[in-house]
Amino acid sequence: MPLHSLPVHELRHLLVQKEIKVSEVVQAYLDRVETLNVKINAYVTVMGESALKEAGLYDEGRKDLNASPLAGVPLAIKDVLCLRGTRTTCGSKMLENFVPPYDATVIEWMKSAGAVFLGKTNLDEFAMGSSNENSAFGPTRNPWNLSKVSGGSSGGSAAAVAAGLCSAALGTDTGGSIRQPASFCGVVGLKPTYGRVSRYGLVAFASSLDQVGPIARDVEDAALLLQTMAGYDSRDTTCVDLPVPDYMGGLKKSIGGMKLGIPKEYLIDGIHPDVALSMEKAIETFRTLGAETVEVSLPHTHYGVAAYYIIAPAEASSNLARYDGVKYGHRSTDARDLLSLYRRSRSEGFGAEVKRRIMLGTYALSAGYYDAYYKKASQVRTLIRNDFLKAFEKCDAIIAPVAPIPPFDIGEKVDDPLQMYLSDIFTLPASLAGIPGISVPCGFSGEHLPIGLQILGPHFAEESILRLAHHFERATDHHPGRPPVE
Amino acid sequence: MREKISETEVLRVADLARLELTEAEKTRMTEQMNQILNYMETLNELETEGIEPMTHAIQLQNVFRPDEIKESLDRELGLANAPQSDGANFIVPKVI
Repeated sequence: MPLHSLPVHELRHLLVQKEIKVSEVVQAYLDRVETLNVKINAYVTVMGESALKEAGLYDEGRKDLNASPLAGVPLAIKDVLCLRGTRTTCGSKMLENFVPPYDATVIEWMKSAGAVFLGKTNLDEFAMGSSNENSAFGPTRNPWNLSKVSGGSSGGSAAAVAAGLCSAALGTDTGGSIRQPASFCGVVGLKPTYGRVSRYGLVAFASSLDQVGPIARDVEDAALLLQTMAGYDSRDTTCVDLPVPDYMGGLKKSIGGMKLGIPKEYLIDGIHPDVALSMEKAIETFRTLGAETVEVSLPHTHYGVAAYYIIAPAEASSNLARYDGVKYGHRSTDARDLLSLYRRSRSEGFGAEVKRRIMLGTYALSAGYYDAYYKKASQVRTLIRNDFLKAFEKCDAIIAPVAPIPPFDIGEKVDDPLQMYLSDIFTLPASLAGIPGISVPCGFSGEHLPIGLQILGPHFAEESILRLAHHFERATDHHPGRPPVE
Repeated sequence: MREKISETEVLRVADLARLELTEAEKTRMTEQMNQILNYMETLNELETEGIEPMTHAIQLQNVFRPDEIKESLDRELGLANAPQSDGANFIVPKVI
């Protein structure tokens, strides 16, 4: 297998055995990025110089490769996580030149573990989108077919992993932004339970939903990354102080007798036949592996789209009020007074989707509409969470498609925001409930585009969904995803 | 499609959000917000009387920490991203 397609755990083996140098690996990736990034547009910023410098420390014996299972591993970082001294754009003109003065907690922990950062990856502006077409730096293209979207909003990270432009990557998921691009690009993506991973230094979109998680070539790598990312951080007051299980160790346990819930509401009209077929095959595979399947009901699934697209924009409208052209970010040169400075800077700095969500959120929170929209949506959120709690009384995990459709054409939905929102129907409920979910490749469409299977677990059950995904992955031949792009 | 929000209201919301919309943006925003807000009507199919709104994904407790002085961002770094500063302050257009 070529170097650039190796999963982290296999690469580490070669590094530790001294069969290859860290700088050789980093250089191999940088060379590929040089050739392929113009086609795929996965990276917004490439950190070639600092990555080679870091790699040199290992090769000169000044850093220890045995210090951690991520030592010397080249990673890509979604450009919404603050990395001290490197610009963090959030895919926005607003933050085009923003250089964070501090590291996000996950970045700090990845640094301590010895990972090497190759660069910052493209995303929908402020992580708002499902196709990466909302980036101020142009869309990320799907490595399996350059005329298709990569998914979003962590499309740059997912495409970079798929195309062999990094070993693994960090993404963030607010309503499906790790799971859906992972599915579209044929890689593995995990959204942890809300509170499992610190959000400190993650540029806020919707604070009650945002989570950081890994995007990787296989489930073992996802477990490896999560092991380093998870844990309590006092700088995020919503971060939960619970012990972090041994995710890697958990993979080896049997899945025999585990109960899998199949939600009848997820086989809706309008689901693409290729997606439905790969779901049926996945269910069959799990039965063969000794898992039991039971029908469960998540009756409020359909309402997830409306609830989410009120709650997330409401939180966004408040979070994005900080961009005023004063402390950091874009400042208009065309302002008469303070008020016009705010207005002009924001109007020039934000793209269309971000403005739309700020408008929707401001409206939903405004006097006279709060009860009808925000309160109502928050009550429906309770119903959606209760659906899951009830379903998990009957099963250990739930399996469902990640998206109702395979990757779509660039430009296809960009003028119809509601259609774009509706494509998130299967990822939003888990986000609203705060439960963990993993996307794992489960087949290809007729056009040979990847399709992902979603495995959802109860709060803090990352270990069991990783285990199920790992066994599924080993029993099927959709791994590792290697798109034809060269 | 029912009109949920008029162009005048869209401009009022834009004002609250500190955004300026061009004529073309205003027309398009009104159209798209109406389309989206009409879809939100589906929530009214559900009876939610007496249901507690959910504001957090998990049970949260108030977090306290000792009130101790810690190192904070130094001034130079704090001002480094400012579009305009004089080395000690952020500079904005005259307010008074």
